Amino acid sequence: MRQHKLGLCKTHFLEWLPQQTERFITKYKMFSRADKVLVAVSGGKDSLALWDILNEAGYQADGLYIGLGIEGEQNYSERSLRFSQRFAEARGLKLHTVDIQREYGSSIPEIAERTPKGDEKPCAVCGVSKRNIMNRVARQHGYDVLATGHNLDDEAAVLFSNTMHWLGNYLQRQSPVLEAAHPGLVRKVKPLFRFYERETAAYALLRGIDYIYEECPFSVGAKSIYYKEILNRMEADRPGAKLIFYLSFLRARETGLFAEPQRTTGELSTCPNCGQPTASPDLCAFCRMVAA
Amino acid sequence: MSATIILRDQEFEIKAGQTVRSALSKLEIPNEAVLATREGELITDDEIIERNDVIKLISVISGG
Repeated sequence: MRQHKLGLCKTHFLEWLPQQTERFITKYKMFSRADKVLVAVSGGKDSLALWDILNEAGYQADGLYIGLGIEGEQNYSERSLRFSQRFAEARGLKLHTVDIQREYGSSIPEIAERTPKGDEKPCAVCGVSKRNIMNRVARQHGYDVLATGHNLDDEAAVLFSNTMHWLGNYLQRQSPVLEAAHPGLVRKVKPLFRFYERETAAYALLRGIDYIYEECPFSVGAKSIYYKEILNRMEADRPGAKLIFYLSFLRARETGLFAEPQRTTGELSTCPNCGQPTASPDLCAFCRMVAA
Repeated sequence: MSATIILRDQEFEIKAGQTVRSALSKLEIPNEAVLATREGELITDDEIIERNDVIKLISVISGG
């Protein structure tokens, strides 16, 4: 780990990463052992590593898997569900599953085909849908906090994109902890946000976590991967570049570099169909897409 | 004195006696984007690749 000027053997690495995760959970006041945590799992390395760490550390962490109905050559959704289920069963953990096609009548690619948001790729539609469902399930089952497996590479790539486009509102909101700014919203946290993707993958491998290696077929050519590749080239020349980029941003934001967004959360209304908070005066973005 | 590096369905023949980092650099594979394994065990970038080694790379970049 050149960014930390640190080299660890397997035993010490497997101690170090969970200890650091615990440190960040405490430092950023994410949650405590008294809280009920819902971990959004995809069957991939990051989310399963996160669930493993929280479970081993004694947190009350259940999982949520959202079936997107994405097939591709590898039957992606079916396979990622199986990885998530096997993980949960082996450890006796509770896994909630929501199958979008079964519950809403259409898969993500089908919804994307009908809506302008899904013009080129279904990724935007997928993001809106997952956020809606994660929040709904967390509220329905009384979870205090929703945890996702976003790592530092994910966060740095989003930051890079937001900076390239100077998206002030997004820059203001990007954070490892998203407070529930409305009674209908559940707090969101990203306990792995300080770890490189390589570290979470190493953790999953060394812990013997069986995860899906294949990526979503729609991620081919994704901008987020392009940004990650650029950042990795910088990292190769300047170890620690990604970490400095993201942590400097957090410090800059805390010290007031970015102005408060114009819109306030007080303007959120309630979707008449699903009852979830929305910035729209009528149906929320997810219900509009499903109804399209 | 050669060894093999495998990344997905691609196979590369490389010189043994160099580090993983050096071999990846010559193949223009960013080491940040992969983890190297030998006989199923994770190895570091500083590890010397021995003759007849088969190094399997695991891609770590995800997203979409």
